Parts: sequence; structure tokens; C-alpha cells
Amino acid sequence: MSAVVYTNARIVDPSRGLDENGTVIVKDGRILASGTDAANQGAPEEAEIVDCLGHAVLPGLIDARVFIGEPGAEHRETIASASRAAAAGGVTSIVMMPDTNPVIDDVALVEFVLRTARETASINVFPSAAITKGFAGRELCEFGLLKEAGAVMLTEGHKTIASPLTMRRALTYARDLDIVIAHETQDPELASSGVMNEGLFASWLGLAGIPREAEAIPLMRDLMLARLTRGRYHAAKISTAMSAEAMARAKNEGVNVSAGVSINHLALNENDIGDYRTFFRLSPPLRAEEDRLAMVEAIRTGAIDIIISSHDPQDVDTKRLPFAEAEAGAIGLETLLSASLRLYHNGDVPLLRLVECLSTAPARLLGLPGGTLKPGAPADLVLVDLDAPWLVREADIRSLSKNTCFEGARMQGRVLQTMVAGRKVFTA
Amino acid sequence: MTNAPFPLFPHRHLLGIKGLSPLDIETLLDRADAAVAISRQKEKKTATLRGRTQINLFYEASTRTQSSFELAGKRLGADVMNMSVASSSTKKGETLLDTAITLNAMRPDILVIRHSAAGAAALLAQKVSCSVVNAGDGAHEHPTQALLDALTIRRAKGRIGGLTVAICGDILHSRVARSNIVLLNALGASVRVVAPSTLLPSGIDQMGVEVFTRMEEGLKGADIVMMLRLQRERMAGSLVPSVREYFRLYGLDAEKLKIARDDVLVMHPGPMNRGVEIASEIADGPQSLIQEQVEMGVAVRMAVMEALLDPRRNAEGETIGGEPA
Repeated sequence: MSAVVYTNARIVDPSRGLDENGTVIVKDGRILASGTDAANQGAPEEAEIVDCLGHAVLPGLIDARVFIGEPGAEHRETIASASRAAAAGGVTSIVMMPDTNPVIDDVALVEFVLRTARETASINVFPSAAITKGFAGRELCEFGLLKEAGAVMLTEGHKTIASPLTMRRALTYARDLDIVIAHETQDPELASSGVMNEGLFASWLGLAGIPREAEAIPLMRDLMLARLTRGRYHAAKISTAMSAEAMARAKNEGVNVSAGVSINHLALNENDIGDYRTFFRLSPPLRAEEDRLAMVEAIRTGAIDIIISSHDPQDVDTKRLPFAEAEAGAIGLETLLSASLRLYHNGDVPLLRLVECLSTAPARLLGLPGGTLKPGAPADLVLVDLDAPWLVREADIRSLSKNTCFEGARMQGRVLQTMVAGRKVFTA
Repeated sequence: MTNAPFPLFPHRHLLGIKGLSPLDIETLLDRADAAVAISRQKEKKTATLRGRTQINLFYEASTRTQSSFELAGKRLGADVMNMSVASSSTKKGETLLDTAITLNAMRPDILVIRHSAAGAAALLAQKVSCSVVNAGDGAHEHPTQALLDALTIRRAKGRIGGLTVAICGDILHSRVARSNIVLLNALGASVRVVAPSTLLPSGIDQMGVEVFTRMEEGLKGADIVMMLRLQRERMAGSLVPSVREYFRLYGLDAEKLKIARDDVLVMHPGPMNRGVEIASEIADGPQSLIQEQVEMGVAVRMAVMEALLDPRRNAEGETIGGEPA
């Protein structure tokens, strides 16, 4: 395999706390050297030299929550189309959710995902598998066999496990296998027919609200069970200030837990729904501005560990409906990095911490390769012009579904090149 | 009736009361006053909307609102078509927007829509080239109801500004309450809501109303008492424990009405649940404006459609002659 030398790069590598100008040398699909001193190593023979002109080289993004329509809803997104979108967004690895049809709750389906990814995807695709068979919330899936087959995480997808007993057993059994249980929490009874954040804005729109407690109550239950079982619990997608507080408290008490937040909940709030814009119907719903600020603060303090796109393709059929009848969800692979850079540009989160949440932390959490530019690591990296302005336009979206929350949004920071295992998979 | 004396209505659709200026509202009420006169003539038909097509698209059954819109259109000389969608294409799985696009191709001038989902009228308005009138969208707005209530009050009391209006009952699910809160505030009334807390929306204290949970307090000094319908499925134990408890605490009877001003008037958007939110003696009594509300309904809908299809405006909704649209 050929070699590439990135010269004159701003190297941002949270795995070493490194933010310095230097050189990154890639050979045979791996990082040979990276840093200010790497130039001393000398370029391998016949290496391609890429002058980065001072632009940033980051470890490729690892998106730990990506919903895809394959199998079952290939008109919304296939593994191949999601992979193209990811590459364009600087995402080199995705963890695919088991919310497919059929649900990925069986070894054969994990193998199907891995095989399809091998044949059609240009980036790394890591399958996750269901916690309970058919998402029914009762019988545990074969955690051990699923892990052997390649599942990197167990999750009930959009669903919340109602039974505390099932959750206790899942956490206990998963502990023996050292596999993470990732859970989105929303009490269906308390959320009831709600479609957006409960509060004054929902009241004026005449839409039923979802109180913050619908997320926090099952989350707090899970955190208590995590303490009881010592299982590895990951709060997959939190959205409220009270959830962030609960995470901080549990971590302070030494419970082995982690949390994720979607870029939408870091960048947007309920007011973006405006006049019933269904692309902003998300689960959990976009919350108030004070919740958004609490999410940003939790990223800064470490109460939240990772940032996800929660990429969730929905087509016209499921979105061009009255707000309460539309499906929840938004795509996000292509805009994850650029939208996250808003937090860096406006001074909310340092660049190193931001890249950690987007790459290094998810790799560490799930034990995935990547998330680092250390010598010997796979050459999964992204070259970014941190300042280049661009406009999100529907026509340019690579996902098969176009339900982005950022249509027409101005972004600052654009992917120039994405490399997976030493192979260029995207060039602007 | 002629458009000449009335200022041009500066909106293409009537989707809600929110967004209307006090002048917009007063103008519609003035037009409606003139329409009342027409409805009371022996010859009730005018040629104002002759040759125009009105389609009533009702996704929720509503005998009184639909017939009120139908009659209003006919009295203005329009061709009126009723689509009871509950019984046709939605059962075949056609979406609201597909139906809208189909109807739009039939080139109506005005679409009147009633739908159970909040925002349905706004969604429709984005996709059709004619004027849209919201005849009730979920728990969001029911603008013509608020206008007819205002017209009824203005004719009975001579004014709206300075009056105290108590809206009582299921505020949580009520589009009528939301539209009335906005309208009455815009015209300077002081608005109260009276309901058990389970029937009040989150943030109600920031919606421009005084909040009461006891009728004995909420009705004190009220000039107008507006009762809301309590849907049957909400009576049994989920939001209120029982009908008899609700009637005892929140049903309007002679005794509770005595707390209000002596010249208090009572309203109800209908259809009424007698013995649930209102006692028959009150509904049929001398202080009731409920019959007038029905009459004013036709007049207000005539006024709205006439204002939206003002001939001073062309088909694209732009003003002819340079006035801002």
C-alpha cells in the first residue's frame, strides 16, 4: 500500500493531549509517525506529499449512534449511502443501531451487517445489537455470541426498557462480558402523546409536551441499577439539565457510567421548531435554551462523554405530515463535525475537548480502533479547514434522506479529506 | 355589500388569531356587522363571491362549523363543495398534503380546513395556491370561533376593551381558549381562565391570563363567562375523577353565576354537555348568548372569506394598486 505524508498540519490528537504543528506520516494503512518531530523520520519512498497549508488533521470521527434503513428500509438509507455521507463528514467509523427490520438481535443479522459493510462501505461500520429479543423488553439476546460475532454495544435503539428487572439482569449479564449497555430513556407513560418539549412554546402551538422528567426518571433508575450491578451503562442520548446533573452525581460517586448527547441538542433548541417544522421533531425533543446550555457545559466538564449525530434518515412519507403525525429524527453524519465546530468557534468548548468527544472518547468507551493519531494506530483521519465557510444545501446531501435540521445553515469548518485505513475515501 | 369602506385585510390566509393586529380584528368585526344585516334580510344572497369556489375540507366531523361555513359561502354567492375527508381518501391512506395538492389542481379560491392535528392548516397553506381558513387545528387555534365570540360580546356589551372575561373548563385541549386568549388580549379585555390544574397547559401563567382553580374566585366580577366543552373521554378518571365531581366544582349553575356581575352574560362554543359543564337553566336562561353565537358565526365567516378574497387583490395574493399586501 502507498504512503502519504501530511506536512504543515495542525495536529489535534486528544489521545496524547496534542495540538501542535507538524507532520503525519501514513504507511500501509497505519500511522507511522505524527507530531512536530515526525518530519525527522523522513518520508517513505514514493510517498505522496500533501501540504496541509496549516489546516487541521484530526483522528477520524467515531459516531456511536447511527440509524440506517438496511435491512428493511433501504429507500431511507443503505449502509453504502450512509458510508458516503459519513466520509464526506469526516466520520471514519460508525456504530450502527439495531433499529432495522428485522431488529438486529441475532448473530446472523450482525454477520449480515458486517458482510454488507465489507462489500459496500468505505468506512468502518460496527454493528450494535438489541438488548432484548425483538426489542420486546423481556428475553435477553445472546450477548456473548453477539459480541463474538462483532457487535460492539448493546442497545434497545429508540426504545426504553420498561422493566427494571430486565434492565438489572441485562447490566449484570453484560458486566461479565465487559460490553456496554447503551440506553435511551423516555418513560412512555409520562411522555404519553407528547411530541415536543413541554412548556409555554408547546402550549401555544397546541402540541402535547414531553416533560423533562420522562427522560430523567428512567435515567435515574438506570443509574441506580448500574451502581447495584456494576455493569457498564451508557446513557445514549440525554437532553435535559436534570439528566446532566444526574450523570455528574453518579460519576462523582464512582459509578461506571457514561453519557452521550446529540449534536442537535448542543446546537438547537425548541424554538427552532418555529411554525411546526417537522425536521425538528426529534426524540428526545429539542429542549429549552437553558437545557442546551447545560448540555454544552456538561461536555466541557465531562459529565457527558461523547457527541453523536444520532443520524436518523426519514423520507418524505414520514416527515411531510402534520407535526404530531410525523416521525421523529434527523440525519446528521455530514454535518456532525461542522456543526460541532460551532462550539469551538464561539468559545464554548476547546478544540481538543471537542475532538475527544467526537473521536477519542467513543473509541475508548467501546474499545474500537481509531480515535488517535499515535504511531501504529489505523490511519483513520480527517483533514479539516477549521474556518472555511459553507452553506448546507439539500441538493448537496449525500444521504438518501434529506431530513436535516441544518438546511440553509451557515457552517464554519469544512472537511477537505477523509482517510480510512490509509485510503482516501473523500476529497472535497 | 361592498369592500370599499373597509381597509384591505393584509393576510392571504386566516390560520390563527396570533399574527393579527387589533385593526385587522376590528375590521373583520366591522365587516361581520354588515354581514349580520344581510343574513337578517329576506333576500340573503349576495354576489360578492359569485364565480368563486370554496372547498370545505373537514377531517373531523363538525356539523355546526361546517354548515356555518357552507351557509356563509352560499350567502356570498360562492360555489361550495364539502369534502368529509373522514369518510373518503384518508381511509385509502392518502396524506393531507396529497389531498391538498389534488384539491389545489381543481383551482378553488378558498379552502376551509378542520383537522385534529395542530399545524395542519399552516402545512396546507404552504402547499396550495389559494387562501386557507383554519376551521380548527388540534389544540392550536380556531380563529373564526374567537372572532364570532368577540362579535357576540361587542354587540351585547358595546365594547370588548375593559371587560373581564372568564374562560372556564378544559383549557388544556382547547383551541377555542387559545384563540380567545389572544384575541381578547389584543382588544384590551382582561382574561381569566378557571379550571382544575390537570386541564391547564404548562406555562399558562405566561399566556396573558389570570389563573384560577376555583369558580368561586374566578367568576368574581366577571362580565362574560365562557364555558368550554369537556370531551367525554377526558371525564372518566384520567384528568378529572368523575362527571358529578366536575359538575359540582366547575359546572356553571345559577348559584355559581351569582358570583359574577349582575349583568354577566354566558357563552359556550357548543356542542354543550348539559349537566357536565353547564346547567340547562343557564344554557337556556336570559343571560345566555349561545343562540347569538351561532348567528354571529355565519356572519363572521362571511366577513373572513370576503376579506380574504377582496377583489382589490389579485390571484397571487398581491395587492392591486400598490397597497402593501
